[in-house]
Amino acid sequence: MKTEKNLEQNKNPDAVGDGIHSIQKVIEPPKNISRPIVKYILIAISVLFLAVMLVVPLIVVLVNALGDGWAAYREAVLDEYTLKALALTLLATVSAVLVNTIFGVFAAYLLSKFYFKGCQALATLIDIPFSISPVIAGLVFILTFGNIGWMGDFLRAHDIKIVFAVPGVILATIFVTFPFVFRELFPVMNAQGNDEEEAAALMGAGGFTIFRRITFPHIKWALLYGVILCTARAMGEFGAVSVISGHLRGKTNTLPLHVEILYNEFNTTAAFAVSSILVILAVLVLIARNIVEWKRK
Amino acid sequence: MYVEMKHINKTFDGFQASRDVSFGVEKGHLAALLGPSGSGKTTILRMIAGLDRPDDGDILIDGARVNDLPGSKRGIGFVFQNYALFRYMTVADNIAFGLEVQKKSKGEIRSRVEELLELISMKDLGKRYPHQLSGGQRQRVAFARALAPNPQLLLLDEPFAAIDAKVRRELRTWLREMIGRVGVTSIFVTHDQEEAMEVADMVILTNQGRIEQVGTPEEICLHPQTEFVQDFIDTKRFEALMGIS
Repeated sequence: MKTEKNLEQNKNPDAVGDGIHSIQKVIEPPKNISRPIVKYILIAISVLFLAVMLVVPLIVVLVNALGDGWAAYREAVLDEYTLKALALTLLATVSAVLVNTIFGVFAAYLLSKFYFKGCQALATLIDIPFSISPVIAGLVFILTFGNIGWMGDFLRAHDIKIVFAVPGVILATIFVTFPFVFRELFPVMNAQGNDEEEAAALMGAGGFTIFRRITFPHIKWALLYGVILCTARAMGEFGAVSVISGHLRGKTNTLPLHVEILYNEFNTTAAFAVSSILVILAVLVLIARNIVEWKRK
Repeated sequence: MYVEMKHINKTFDGFQASRDVSFGVEKGHLAALLGPSGSGKTTILRMIAGLDRPDDGDILIDGARVNDLPGSKRGIGFVFQNYALFRYMTVADNIAFGLEVQKKSKGEIRSRVEELLELISMKDLGKRYPHQLSGGQRQRVAFARALAPNPQLLLLDEPFAAIDAKVRRELRTWLREMIGRVGVTSIFVTHDQEEAMEVADMVILTNQGRIEQVGTPEEICLHPQTEFVQDFIDTKRFEALMGIS
């Protein structure tokens, strides 16, 4: 059955054999199955929903950000604390992406190419950040690394500050984003199977050569896609970081936290101006995502 | 005997895939591992290749016990069921891979790749990628890739399974000829008795992890030693096929 399918694919000149292309072909809806009126109603509902839920709020952000004029916007965006928050957000994002990419590649390689007792349990563990509330993640770190936490005495004795400090912010960001790269890679690597790797190993290729020449070319787009999703999520993380950072302005505030503080101070224009930075970053990530998706095909 | 299996047992998660498997294949011969699916023939092939380890028993290649030798040091070429061609490499790069890993010189690699492309009559297709080839062409590339480092033993896992019936017969003849020309000892796995009888010098019949009978196609057809062999082999068909009546 499987081989027959492969043959079908082979005959199709633009099925590139990576599976993605062919799946898209399969799920393409059959044409003219229902009347056009249904199509237009569905389009109208989708557009209305998107407008109310996404487009209007985004416009509101930009309109409010520029509400007091360009000078006020500049001032809010170039404010010392805003720039520090931006720097910390970027630091936390880059750290999280770096750590989670390395971890995600290793984990996906392990779980897709080897079979061992408990591999299913490990895959489930990796997904925990998806199902756990970020607030709880933040609390967990406080209870582990805080003054009253398990490791509190040890950390104090060695003068290491994690909670209410930059390391805590980075840890929390890593925690909430760590399944992203793994989740993107795992299905791709699993679908590839082990045959090509086994073939290369039988010819005497070492582990690194196999990864570089066989595995990596296959996963590079999925990897990049995972990195982009991870970046987007890391930049916007609020809950876990909010709990662990202590909201120290200019020290442990990330952009989303800074927005909240400004808003709570009734500094609405500044809050929206800072938000617009996040919106712009998000749009850039979105564009990158679309380019990658398009390239992947 | 070039390859010898002695009292091999292998269990996967409580499922016994090989039970006291013993047989030998002589140098230069083309042997078929034939049996219904799930009878343990692929397991045997993978153990010879070093892709799986037997629980006990000995595997000998050219007189030396190879149980503890990694597959890459056993002097074998392996053709996978779906060929496992490196999909992000051209045909020529696929064939060159084994030689590159062995750190052969550039010139040596180029001439060997050209020689093999010629052998499989795909001289002009070296720059193509696997997805641009037909099933039969892919099989030929897999064959050339396995042969590139000059293995002493060629192992093929269901080499015709992924090819449609029309071309299969043609490829069978082609492969048989090629193996004869190269003179490499070969073992292939198949569940298709016609394929085994037509192509192989000797047939190793497996059932439920055991070896039922080892012999030439004629021996197996005319003198089945167990009830299973008698039931499994469609004797009438082969008597006609071999001109025995």
